[in-house]
Amino acid sequence: MSLLSTEPLRLLASLLLIIAFVGLNAAYLVLAERKGAGRFQNRPGPNEAGYGGWLQPVADVLKLISKQIMVPPESDRLLFRMAPLVVLTPAMMCLAVVPFSDTLVARNVNVGLLMVFSFGSINVMAILLSGWASRNKYAIMSAARVVSQNVAYEIPMLLVVITLLMSTGTLDLSEIIKQQAGGFWHWNFFRLDVNPLAPVTFVIFFICMLAEANRAPFDMAEAESELVAGAFTEYAGMGFGVFFMAEYANIVLGCSLATVLFFGGWQTGLGALPASWGAWKVLIGLGFFLAKMYALVFTVIWVRWTFPRTQFYGLLNLSWKILIPISLFTLLLSSVMIKLFA
Amino acid sequence: MIPGASFIISAIFVAIVALTVVGALLAVMSTRIIRSVTGLALCCVGLAGLYYFLGSPFLALMEILIYVGAVCVTIVFGVMLSEPDEPDPREFKGRELAWGAVAIAVCAALFWAITRFAHAGGWVKLPAQQADGSVRALGVSLLTTYSLPFELISLVLLVAILGALVIARGGRDKS
Repeated sequence: MSLLSTEPLRLLASLLLIIAFVGLNAAYLVLAERKGAGRFQNRPGPNEAGYGGWLQPVADVLKLISKQIMVPPESDRLLFRMAPLVVLTPAMMCLAVVPFSDTLVARNVNVGLLMVFSFGSINVMAILLSGWASRNKYAIMSAARVVSQNVAYEIPMLLVVITLLMSTGTLDLSEIIKQQAGGFWHWNFFRLDVNPLAPVTFVIFFICMLAEANRAPFDMAEAESELVAGAFTEYAGMGFGVFFMAEYANIVLGCSLATVLFFGGWQTGLGALPASWGAWKVLIGLGFFLAKMYALVFTVIWVRWTFPRTQFYGLLNLSWKILIPISLFTLLLSSVMIKLFA
Repeated sequence: MIPGASFIISAIFVAIVALTVVGALLAVMSTRIIRSVTGLALCCVGLAGLYYFLGSPFLALMEILIYVGAVCVTIVFGVMLSEPDEPDPREFKGRELAWGAVAIAVCAALFWAITRFAHAGGWVKLPAQQADGSVRALGVSLLTTYSLPFELISLVLLVAILGALVIARGGRDKS
């Protein structure tokens, strides 16, 4: 026990749990996505494998694993094989600083928020490399799109986060959650006294999160109907599967971050739990966190099957002409409010 | 402490140093420019690890955010717009080889001097971390103690932007 409670082993165990969490999430969110798509399009979705289709992910994974991984002869072999690793690892590293419940965090870093953004920025590089290494014109087009898209949406995202940071004054994710203790009106989403446009800030954050995770209606990286499968065209079998794991890991990460920053993380929103509940408090907190997070994940899926893909110019215009000015305005407004009333 | 904790720490340190060196070598020695950029990115991740070992996680994360997330991506984007393929391998002429030898000699001398300096210098241990590393302390120190370097860096960036504009406009006039 004394050996197990030491920091390196605890960290190792947490990281293994995170890997399992990412894998299971990817498998079952794909099922949820296909089921959801079915419902939105008035058809049942996958329902053959297992009761109600719940064995479908297992079948999918078996199929992906059994397929041969092909490396196109013209490609840059080293970078081609490296890209799936580079795309998945940073997302997992970011999840290590996300507090899933009180004390339930792999490693509490006092610059946690910055860590999420810095490792999150590697994602672009990875998709860029996969697109370039494929030596395929669709993949290269997709890579070029990914860069301009991510650069454009990183700016409003960071502006929104800076707006929040001014009121929280810390980069520590656990600390940010603790500041939102008490009733749900203490959540940053409802803190209209600090930032009268807090809900707008959240909407901008959510849109940028969709764009950074390359999700519809901003899925320019994949864009099946124009670019075959974009940067992933040449990948087969599990190489392709890893990109999807990374995509879902990024969605889970983005939604976790939105939960932490705007919806009080693992706080119940009904006031503090009695101290006598002990370990149950951690589990209840985890339940609340997952409920909020998966509600946001469902919204992401809902958006994908409701809105058509935007055009590329529409995408860039949205960021540079609408989101950046609005987020700059909220930044100014929030700073004025804090200076005058806090 | 678990047994071998110091061994684990030194192993991680060696891995980070190796990452930095291998990344730097890859950046310099690769003929394919996209691989050079990947090497640069690896080198920056290694540097971030070194900063972490020096006790400044903020700087480490900034290194990754700016150099991997922005600078390397911009370089790759630039490469994509300009050069589609790797250049043909070519023979080096005698003159180039001579200059290469001079460069190697200068580098070796510099490396030797820095190593001597590092070993000989009477290093004074800094008093424990001056600021608590919070956002507030960081902002205050950037706008008071270090405001001159901060402003100078912004001036350098401004000059770079102007230079880019001049080059871009010049190119446009010719066509």
